[in-house]
Amino acid sequence: MLSQVKDLLIILVASSLVSNVVLSQFLGLCPFLGVSKKVETAAGMGSAVIFVITLSSIVTGCIYKFLLKPYDLVYLQTIVFILVIAALVQFVEMFLKRYMVGLYKALGVYLPLITTNCAVLGVALTNVQKEYGILQGTVNGFATALGFTISIVILAGLREKMEENDVPEAFKGMPIVLLTAGLMAIAFCGFSGLL
Amino acid sequence: MNKAGERLWNGLVKENPTLVLMLGMCPTLAVTTSAMNGLGMGLTTTAVLALSNVIISLLRKMIPDKIRIPAFIVIIASFVTIMQLLLQAYLPSLYRSLGIYIPLIVVNCIILGRAEAYAYKNPVIPSFFDGLGMGLGFSVALTCIGAIRELLGGGEIFGISVAPSWYVPISIFKLAPGAFFVLAALTAIQNKVKRAGEKRGKDVSKIQSGCSSDCLNCSESGCAKRLIEIDTTEMEKEEK
Repeated sequence: MLSQVKDLLIILVASSLVSNVVLSQFLGLCPFLGVSKKVETAAGMGSAVIFVITLSSIVTGCIYKFLLKPYDLVYLQTIVFILVIAALVQFVEMFLKRYMVGLYKALGVYLPLITTNCAVLGVALTNVQKEYGILQGTVNGFATALGFTISIVILAGLREKMEENDVPEAFKGMPIVLLTAGLMAIAFCGFSGLL
Repeated sequence: MNKAGERLWNGLVKENPTLVLMLGMCPTLAVTTSAMNGLGMGLTTTAVLALSNVIISLLRKMIPDKIRIPAFIVIIASFVTIMQLLLQAYLPSLYRSLGIYIPLIVVNCIILGRAEAYAYKNPVIPSFFDGLGMGLGFSVALTCIGAIRELLGGGEIFGISVAPSWYVPISIFKLAPGAFFVLAALTAIQNKVKRAGEKRGKDVSKIQSGCSSDCLNCSESGCAKRLIEIDTTEMEKEEK
C-alpha cells in the first residue's frame, strides 16, 4: 500500500515538474503561446486542461484495458483515442452547458480549443507506452495537466510584466515569448535533480 | 505535369509549412535534436500527407460536408498507424528515437489543413503532388533545424563530426531550451523579412508570424471553430 502511494507521488512530481509537458515535451505548445497574455485567462485555460485531461485519461485507460487489450486491437489505439477524445470534449461541453452552467461559464470558452491540443492525445499514448494502470494513468494525466497550468500561469505573469519593456523591433510578438519560454525551460531543467 | 511542378514548388518554397506558414510547430521543436531525426520525422509526415491527400481527394464526392473533419481524422489516423507499424518493423532505431511523436502526427495541423484547403476540393494527381510538396518542404525545414541544433549542440551533422577541435559544443541546443531559442531566432528573421516586404509593398499576408497563428489559429478559425459552428447551427435548428 505504502509503496503504491510512493509510486503515485513519484509520477505526480515527475510529470508535473521534471518532464514538464510544455517545456520539455513540447506538447500543447499552441495554447501555451496563444492563451498566455493574461494570468486570468491562462489560469482558466489551465483548469479546463486539468479537467479534460484527467477525464480523458480515465476514459482512454478504461477503453484500453477493457476493450483494446482483451480483443487484441492495440494497433487501433491512435485512431480510437483521437476519436474518443474529440467526442469526449464535445460531450463534456454539452453536458456542462446543460447541467452545470456555472462551471460552463468559467471553462466553456476554452473547451473547444482543447480538442486540437496534442497534450490530451499525448497523455493517453504515454499512459499506454509506460504501461500505467487506470489509477496511475489518471494521476499521470492530472499531474501532466497540472504541469501545463503551472507553466502557462508563470509565462502569463512574465508576459504581463514584459508589456512595458522595450523589445527590439524584430523580436516583438512571438520571438520574445519564445525566448522567455526557453529561459523558463532552462529553469525547469533544474528540477531534473529532484528524482 | 506543369501543375505537379507548381504544387511541388508551392510546398517547398512559396508556402513552406514550417518556415513561411509556421504550422505544426510541436513536432518541429520536439524531434529536431539531430538532423537525422528531423529527416525521419519529415519523411514519415510526407508519406502520411501524400497518401491521405490522395484518399481524401478520391473520396471527396462521397464524404458528406458536415462530418468531413471526423472523416479526415480517421483517414489520417489510419495512415499514421500504418507508418508507425512500418517504422517499428523496418527502422526500429528511428522508431525509438521519435517515440510518441509518431502517433502524434495525427494532430499535426499541416495534414488536416491540406486536406481541408486542397485535397477536399481538387482532383487526385494535383492533391498527391500538393501533399508531396508540402511534406518535402516540411522535411527540408526540419532537417535544417535539426542540423543547426546538432552543429551548435554537438559539433556534428548527421552524426559526422564537422567542427574544428577547438570548438566547445553548446550542449543546451540539444536540450529542450535550445529548441525554443532556435525557433525564436527563426521567427525573428521572419518578422524582419515580413517587415521589409511590407515596406516594398509586397503581399506578405501568407507569412505567419509564430505559433500564435499556428494550431491555435487552427482551433480558432480552423477545425475547432467549425465544430463550434456546426454545434451552434444545429442548436439554432433545434430551437426553430
